[in-house]
Amino acid sequence: MTGIEREVVIVGAGPAGISAACVVAETGRSALLIDDNPSPGGQIWREQDRHGSDWQASHWLRRMHLYRVDVMSGATVIDGDPGRRAIVCETANSVSTIRYKKLILATGARELFLPFPGWTLPNVMGAGGLQALVKSGMPISGKRVVVAGSGPLLLAVGAYLKGQGARVLAIAEQASWSRLARFGLGLPKQPYKLAETWQLKRALFRVPYRAGAWVEAALGGTVLERVRLRVSHRYWEAPCDYLAVGYGLVPNIELAVSLGCQLSGGCVQVDSMQQTSVPDILCAGETTGIGGVELALMEGRIAGFSAIGDRLNAQWLFSDRERFRRFARRLQKAFTLREELRHLPSEETLVCRCEDVSYRRIAPMSGWRAAKLHTRCGMGPCQGRVCGPAAEFLFGWNCQSARPPVFPARIDSLIEHVDK
Amino acid sequence: MYDVVIAGAGIVGAACAYECAREGLKVAVLERDFIGAGATAAGMGHVVVMDDSEAQFALTRYSQQLWQELASELPDDCEYVQTGTLWVAADEEEMSEVRRKHQFYSQRKVPSEILDARSLDAAEPQLRTGLAGALFVKEDAVVYPPCVARYLLERARDLGARVLMGRQVIRLDDEGAGFDDGTVMKGAVMVNAAGAHAASVHPDLPIVPRKGHLLITERYPGFVRHQLIELGYLKSAHKSAADSVAFNIQPRKTGQLLIGSSRQYAVDSPEIDRSILSRMLARATQYIPTLAGLSSLRVWTGLRAATPDNLPLIGRCPGYRYVFAAAGHEGLGITTSLATARLLIDELMSRSPAISPEPYSVQRNTAVHG
Amino acid sequence: MADSVWISIDELPVEVEHGTTVAAAILKSDTAGFRRSVTGKWRGPVCGMGICFECRVTINGQPHRRSCLVYCESGMMVRTK
Ligand SMILES: Cc1cc2nc3c(=O)[nH]c(=O)nc-3n(C[C@H](O)[C@H](O)[C@H](O)COP(=O)(O)OP(=O)(O)OC[C@H]3O[C@@H](n4cnc5c(N)ncnc54)[C@H](O)[C@@H]3O)c2cc1C
Ligand SMILES: Cc1cc2nc3c(=O)[nH]c(=O)nc-3n(C[C@H](O)[C@H](O)[C@H](O)COP(=O)(O)OP(=O)(O)OC[C@H]3O[C@@H](n4cnc5c(N)ncnc54)[C@H](O)[C@@H]3O)c2cc1C
Ligand code: FES
Repeated sequence: MTGIEREVVIVGAGPAGISAACVVAETGRSALLIDDNPSPGGQIWREQDRHGSDWQASHWLRRMHLYRVDVMSGATVIDGDPGRRAIVCETANSVSTIRYKKLILATGARELFLPFPGWTLPNVMGAGGLQALVKSGMPISGKRVVVAGSGPLLLAVGAYLKGQGARVLAIAEQASWSRLARFGLGLPKQPYKLAETWQLKRALFRVPYRAGAWVEAALGGTVLERVRLRVSHRYWEAPCDYLAVGYGLVPNIELAVSLGCQLSGGCVQVDSMQQTSVPDILCAGETTGIGGVELALMEGRIAGFSAIGDRLNAQWLFSDRERFRRFARRLQKAFTLREELRHLPSEETLVCRCEDVSYRRIAPMSGWRAAKLHTRCGMGPCQGRVCGPAAEFLFGWNCQSARPPVFPARIDSLIEHVDK
Repeated sequence: MYDVVIAGAGIVGAACAYECAREGLKVAVLERDFIGAGATAAGMGHVVVMDDSEAQFALTRYSQQLWQELASELPDDCEYVQTGTLWVAADEEEMSEVRRKHQFYSQRKVPSEILDARSLDAAEPQLRTGLAGALFVKEDAVVYPPCVARYLLERARDLGARVLMGRQVIRLDDEGAGFDDGTVMKGAVMVNAAGAHAASVHPDLPIVPRKGHLLITERYPGFVRHQLIELGYLKSAHKSAADSVAFNIQPRKTGQLLIGSSRQYAVDSPEIDRSILSRMLARATQYIPTLAGLSSLRVWTGLRAATPDNLPLIGRCPGYRYVFAAAGHEGLGITTSLATARLLIDELMSRSPAISPEPYSVQRNTAVHG
Repeated sequence: MADSVWISIDELPVEVEHGTTVAAAILKSDTAGFRRSVTGKWRGPVCGMGICFECRVTINGQPHRRSCLVYCESGMMVRTK
């Protein structure tokens, strides 16, 4: 057990956390960046620290090293005590209590996974999930992949996989062309505008992008063999090796909630200085609302300035932040999930993958807590991170609940951290 | 108009509803939340014979036998397993308690067996070495209480009972159950089975909350095989009015471990108290050091409905003719729910009960002597 | 392979590039699944970032480790189930 103290502690080493840490460290203050993944970068800059190719990533990662931001990778924040300004952090074989003057939560987002028949077969993965695995060494060259779900991430993933030599058979976007067009995001048949936003136009050359299309079922014996898509009123079926499907992003609010931060619309509520409802706890990036890397960087910097009391420099960034937020809201509307997705699971489709609880057993329950207690849904190790948002979408329940530990934690970690 | 109106769909309300429905009575159950949402969801589900007093023994043993009858019909999700209990003795002083308990149970025909240090080690290899022994009480069991409550209410429903959720009772008197919109559901007999909240309906009931923490782990099948409880609490303060912790671990059918226990008085906030949790887990690892490295999934708290003499309140409420209580079961309400329901129905039907109901009567003097 | 690491997956040696996660190594090794679900079905990784817990394996005797969060280190013993 070690006792550590830093002026500013940042949880989450994605763009928001890294930019916040840099702002703090550049003024000579001590900043500690904690992240549960094995190297810094968060979702979008995964493995950029090792094999950098993205200019923005290398810019920020270089600054992070230059200004000697302390980075603790492979460390999960499992609990905290705002009264004592302390958090508890666990690694594979140690636990430490870390005290802060200011805490910045930049815990990012995860993908929204929705159940459909066959979604539990091995090799059915998240869209960002498959990308992450490939970035961390999984071979994909020559493999047949279908990318599906919703949102701009599908394009990023499709382009990335193609660049790595995968045969991307299709990108299936559930939102319709007309919806994308209405929000100025696509022209019939070619998502140029959308692709431009993500600088992916060229990378996606010749990958069929189908809007108004979604996965009806993944088929296979013990592993994925084929995928069946619904394209408006027709079906499209093809053999494939991997199905990468994600329906947008869900903010990782669990740590913030367990520290007592108030939410608004499912995201952590912050004021103009990224301050949450709990004193000395700030929040930035996807956790305050899904908005992409530019917004995450902007919020991270503002949170950094805010943490060191530099209101003036923070204010310079407000108008840019507002611009990105507006764009984010438009994206969210364009990619609103269609009603049909609620009816994809069959009676036997599992909704809770940890405890193998079927749709049939969960559907009659009166709410999330009743479902948890009577069916064990959400009671497994993911603590409802996957089935909670799914149940929220399927049944309209409020599935937010956060108890310590925020992630499964070793028992000794829960013994050690108190009163130290 | 119902024959019986029950406030509360915890395991006690559910058991009462089932017994009443079996007698052909027209039953309504009113629950402010959902089935088993209170202590029934929070508890450990250890069905255990206790010997703190003759009255406690009588009720727990009677109820345990009812559990054995019920077990064969319980669906899988109720997770009934007869694990037995090992009362673990750390030293010679505690071994003498083992022998005393053994004698107590033997005289009352409860199957139990003394384990010496070696046989304890063989029975539970994860326990640290150097313990003195244990008493193995064989017929104790574990269940998953919320699903049992649901099952009992399903059976009651099959027999015509109505179970209404989201109905908070604000008044329970000789006429019926009153709601905040001014409406009343009339009944011939009313039962307060609101658990730790029973006193918010009938403030005269001597019930105070006693908070407990529990932790559940990932699945480690076979890690322990019996419910394990320390006898050290005799020396620690677990029985007095100070906050206390004790080693208490339960193997679930899933292979998960449920770890307790803590007792805090007059605390009714559901927040997790990190310091008592830490003490509770530290205590557990003193008995099973290898617990330290296991992964925990969740921690939660629950409120036991405590009475001054630690016995439940079962029977007619003073000042009423038709209002009954079935509450105040402290840390044993899962165990004693079935017997509680039998005592209640016997009283309603003016039948002579299997055990004397006097020690649990609501009118009794609950003050503790000595 | 320059800069490579050897680990064993279910007792079979596998060579991977330095900086490969255990999850990626298992996928590379063509092992059918990572774990069996509580009702015995094969499962593999989904999120790649530590939140779904589908990629759990036993690493150096420690069960329930999320393989997508752990880099391969030489001599590591990985068991799927
Ligand atoms: C799987 C995935 C892939 C994505 N890929 C792309 C892409 O290719 N292109 C693109 O433009 N956008 C992508 N995005 C969107 C991306 O999230 C944002 O653009 C941007 O990365 C958000 O930055 P952030 O700093 O807010 O959060 P993130 O980058 O998500 O960083 C948050 C970090 O905090 C860590 N963390 C969370 N909780 C804890 C805790 N309790 N203890 C310790 N660490 C914790 C997380 O593991 C993560 O590393 C992706 C999103 C996801 C979920
Ligand atoms: C940590 C802990 C561990 C325990 N371990 C064990 C154990 O191992 N073995 C054992 O036998 N016992 C154990 N217990 C005790 C056991 O859980 C309780 O005694 C038992 O659940 C009590 O059941 P009940 O139906 O009386 O109360 P509850 O389950 O609390 O039910 C009362 C119900 O009434 C409802 N209600 C309350 N007020 C109103 C109202 N005004 N109108 C309508 N409805 C209302 C509530 O929502 C609730 O559903 C433990 C308890 C705790 C807290
Ligand atoms: S793949 Fe989801 S936790 Fe590893």
